[in-house]
Amino acid sequence: MSADVTSHDKKQSWFYSDMVKQHFFHPQNFLDHDLDPSEYNAIGKVGSPACGDELRVWLLIDPQTERIQRFRWKTFGCGSAIASTSMTSVMMTENGGMTLTKAREIKPIDIMNRLGGLPARKFHCSVLCDKALRDAINDFYRRVGKFDKIVAESARMIDPVTKVTDRDIESAVLDGAQTIEQVQTKTKVGIGNPSVLPAVEELIRFYKEKYFG
Amino acid sequence: MRSVYLDHAAATPLDLRAREVMLPFLDELYSNPSSFHSAGKAVKDAMDEARQSVAKILGTRADEIIFTSGGTESNNLAILGFSHAIKASIKNPQIIISTIEHPSVIETVKYLQEKEGFSVTYLSVDARGMVRPDDLKDALTPQTVLVSIMYANNEIGTIQPIAELGKIIQKFRASLPMSNCQLPVFHTDACQASGVLELNIEKLHVDMLTLNGSKIYGPKGAGVLYVKRGIKLQPLQFGGSQEKTLRPGTENVAGIIGLAKALELAQTERQAEARRLVPLRDKLIAGILKLPKTRLNGHPTERLPNNVNISFMDIEGEALILYLDAQGVYASTGSACTSASLEPSHVILALGLPYEVAHGSIRFSLGRSTIEEDIDYVLKILPPLVEKLRSISPVRVDEKYYVR
Repeated sequence: MSADVTSHDKKQSWFYSDMVKQHFFHPQNFLDHDLDPSEYNAIGKVGSPACGDELRVWLLIDPQTERIQRFRWKTFGCGSAIASTSMTSVMMTENGGMTLTKAREIKPIDIMNRLGGLPARKFHCSVLCDKALRDAINDFYRRVGKFDKIVAESARMIDPVTKVTDRDIESAVLDGAQTIEQVQTKTKVGIGNPSVLPAVEELIRFYKEKYFG
Repeated sequence: MRSVYLDHAAATPLDLRAREVMLPFLDELYSNPSSFHSAGKAVKDAMDEARQSVAKILGTRADEIIFTSGGTESNNLAILGFSHAIKASIKNPQIIISTIEHPSVIETVKYLQEKEGFSVTYLSVDARGMVRPDDLKDALTPQTVLVSIMYANNEIGTIQPIAELGKIIQKFRASLPMSNCQLPVFHTDACQASGVLELNIEKLHVDMLTLNGSKIYGPKGAGVLYVKRGIKLQPLQFGGSQEKTLRPGTENVAGIIGLAKALELAQTERQAEARRLVPLRDKLIAGILKLPKTRLNGHPTERLPNNVNISFMDIEGEALILYLDAQGVYASTGSACTSASLEPSHVILALGLPYEVAHGSIRFSLGRSTIEEDIDYVLKILPPLVEKLRSISPVRVDEKYYVR
């Protein structure tokens, strides 16, 4: 992961990799028409325009095989948010579609690796689609009545808008964040939703003491 | 592909005439201006001449001109330098700034507030980015030591009524008992204004003023702080007698020479250039506002002749900047995603607009190279890019923020 990304021929440096560029300028599978309810059976959402990124996904999942057949999306966000969502849609639907079990295990790092890297400061804030995806998978199981398969995010939700949990804050602190600003840079928590910040501050203190005494 | 540079508020190209006068100082005239020999004296003389030239434009004395490394340093030296010098002589000192100042003012003042016990009053601005003179009147107290209001805003281009604010401060000073009659001091950051607006200190009624070379077709790394005689500053660094010990360290001679020349040229040509730019600016504004769901940020008339700032609803600024970049158009965004902070532009938020509108703001800043064909080109390529980004966006901003 670097601040900026240099093209393969080293002739031109750009903020993003060639793969990010390709998905940004030619996004795949974005939703360009009003969907008929028959075209999806799960919806997921993360973020808000206030925090600079909003992402919605519409999935069509085969109820028999539980593989993702279609992955349509819309996003309000920067270049890497658009590219990472586009890449996720490709990863989910290639090779006959990913199973929900596997899809649940997708981490931002997997998406970033397929993109050929992202600038460091972009990584945490702009790769949100794994969260929207898990939200949609739960929605699918809810719709088909398989309530036992719904997995509540095991961590405690701190900011329901950005879907940042106490675990995200814990890993931000472990990653070197010391202040609320630094945690925001990594997680976007509370951006546009400042009422959650006191709780975040408390957690930062807690984890700092826990790990660094 | 056409290349259209519309980011002059970030940096301007070096004027060839300024470059020309700089070259000897990057070459044979390398002596240290503090050296006690004729080669050093020749460099010192050139620097003195540059200082005279800047002083003449501002209508001040040469010994009131301090050369710095640029706008950020000048603002820091003015605010920190003055606050540190005055601190001991007044209880509970207060500073007044506007909410839309440059970060080099806001962050510096915040530091004084958080670490050194200064109280700070932030003057809010109206929906077009104007400070209300009455708000300043109400905010002034006998504890006010410093007021800093920028001349013209770097993001939205709104020009503040500096002379009027200056007069209010002068009047307030006159009403205080004799012991206090030097306070408060009035500083203005004129970085964005210096290429296009009046800089005569007498007319502006300011006590300190910041200029920057790289916004006026001069070199980067050179700036000016005008400090009125009698105002004491504490330096930010120590170790030499240069710039009256306020800015020790060997001078950036070539930069200073280039800055002085660039300022002279910009001020000579400013009225003609403004007459040329205003119609281009207004054509770009009118053309973009024809697109649905767009909004002009800033003042329609009291704005810099080169500044266009538009919010495009439902899309995020960085994405549009990158799409424009791919078409050869270089613009800027107050969007959080291009900065390290993630918070969108504090200036757009200060206008009373919500986060999602701030995230979608783009600044086009015109300059000497801008011609009408450039504006036509932008107006041609922009609509499909906006259309495309809107088509992949799930956001629909409330119409109260853009219906005109």
